[in-house]
Amino acid sequence: MSRVHDMGGRYGDGRVKPDPEDGPVFERDWHARALAVTLAAGALGQWSLDTSRHARERLSPKDYTRFSYYEKWMAGLANLLVANGVVSRDELAGGPPEPSPLSARRLPADRVAGVLASGGPSLREGPEPRFQPGARVRTRKPAGNAQVPGGHTRLPGYAAGAVGTVILRHGCHVLPDANAHGFGEQPEPLYTVVFDAADLWSQPERAGDEVTCDLWESYLEPAS
Amino acid sequence: MPHDHHDHDDDHALLPPDPALRVKALETLLTRKGLIDPAALDEIIETYAHKVGPRNGAQVVAKAWSDPAFKERLLDDATSVCADLGFYGRQGEHLVAVENTAEQHNIVVCTLCSCYPWPLLGIPPGWYKSDAYRARVVREPRAVLADFGVQLPDGQAVRVWDSTAEIRYLVVPQRPEGTDGLDEAALADLVTRDSMIGCGLANTP
Repeated sequence: MSRVHDMGGRYGDGRVKPDPEDGPVFERDWHARALAVTLAAGALGQWSLDTSRHARERLSPKDYTRFSYYEKWMAGLANLLVANGVVSRDELAGGPPEPSPLSARRLPADRVAGVLASGGPSLREGPEPRFQPGARVRTRKPAGNAQVPGGHTRLPGYAAGAVGTVILRHGCHVLPDANAHGFGEQPEPLYTVVFDAADLWSQPERAGDEVTCDLWESYLEPAS
Repeated sequence: MPHDHHDHDDDHALLPPDPALRVKALETLLTRKGLIDPAALDEIIETYAHKVGPRNGAQVVAKAWSDPAFKERLLDDATSVCADLGFYGRQGEHLVAVENTAEQHNIVVCTLCSCYPWPLLGIPPGWYKSDAYRARVVREPRAVLADFGVQLPDGQAVRVWDSTAEIRYLVVPQRPEGTDGLDEAALADLVTRDSMIGCGLANTP
């Protein structure tokens, strides 16, 4: 059911290699350009953050695995640009660029600070939450988008079918499972649910350690 | 039922294979089509290379260490408290601060991608976005901490926050011993980026 990006709990990745605290923010110049091109292209308003995340997730497992972080961003962006008709395959292949009607939406340098500072909150008006803090809940199993096979979701595979406890409520937020696929925002109550490590892993590292996930109401059902 | 694919999933393969050339090709194409302004790209890079980074978060932590009432408000509603200090924006619209105590150590990850509180910590370091960190820290946080040279006392439980929504987490590390006389600026100097993710501890004076 899951895609390659859903890697929480996976074995075999080796040790984590910390970067120095004072290391450069961008290891290579092209990393910085990749981030900036992605943000500037996003400002054209042709797709949501959820859609662009899904564009990276749905790279083929082979590409996702061999690409470095910002290469995934570039591949996802190229696919999004074509899928949304912003650029053509001919242009992407190096053909002569045609003028675009979207150029009126170009992000100018003097608006960058304002756009970055204002962000894009996902909090919305919506239904009252069904679960109280302290409620025991069971997550959807299998994890996956309920409407689109292989679609976007924020329920990690490792937490599918697990029972946990609601510890925080965050109001209603845009449902990424819908928004990533152009079905509208469909806001739902969002919760932080805490799981005992022993309910997630066959050999938990230490009894009493915990993992939390932020989960939308439609991922959850009451558990007693 | 809607489909989740289209005819050309590998459109990106039309770009040059070398990553630096890929970025250059996309930037050039979008610039020539009038869709991006290269000066705007410079401005975005300048923002995250020099203006928005972990010193922001360190100020918040130092203030929480110094002022119990501020800490209480931060733990209750980090979004508005941080916004009052000028720390708000993209990838940090909804913030939650979690406090490390003698009983509980908190660590943040995004197993599905790379979610991170940009207005407080800037752009995440390479290891935060690595497969090894994303895959392992939810299952074996103590082994991952050992990769950072951190060993927790036996009595301290670990809670790993997998940031799967737009909620972004800031860890408030434990205040180090021997810092009673220090002012906020001196305290902020002890707060490391990794300590605010939960993969390190604050420095001692």
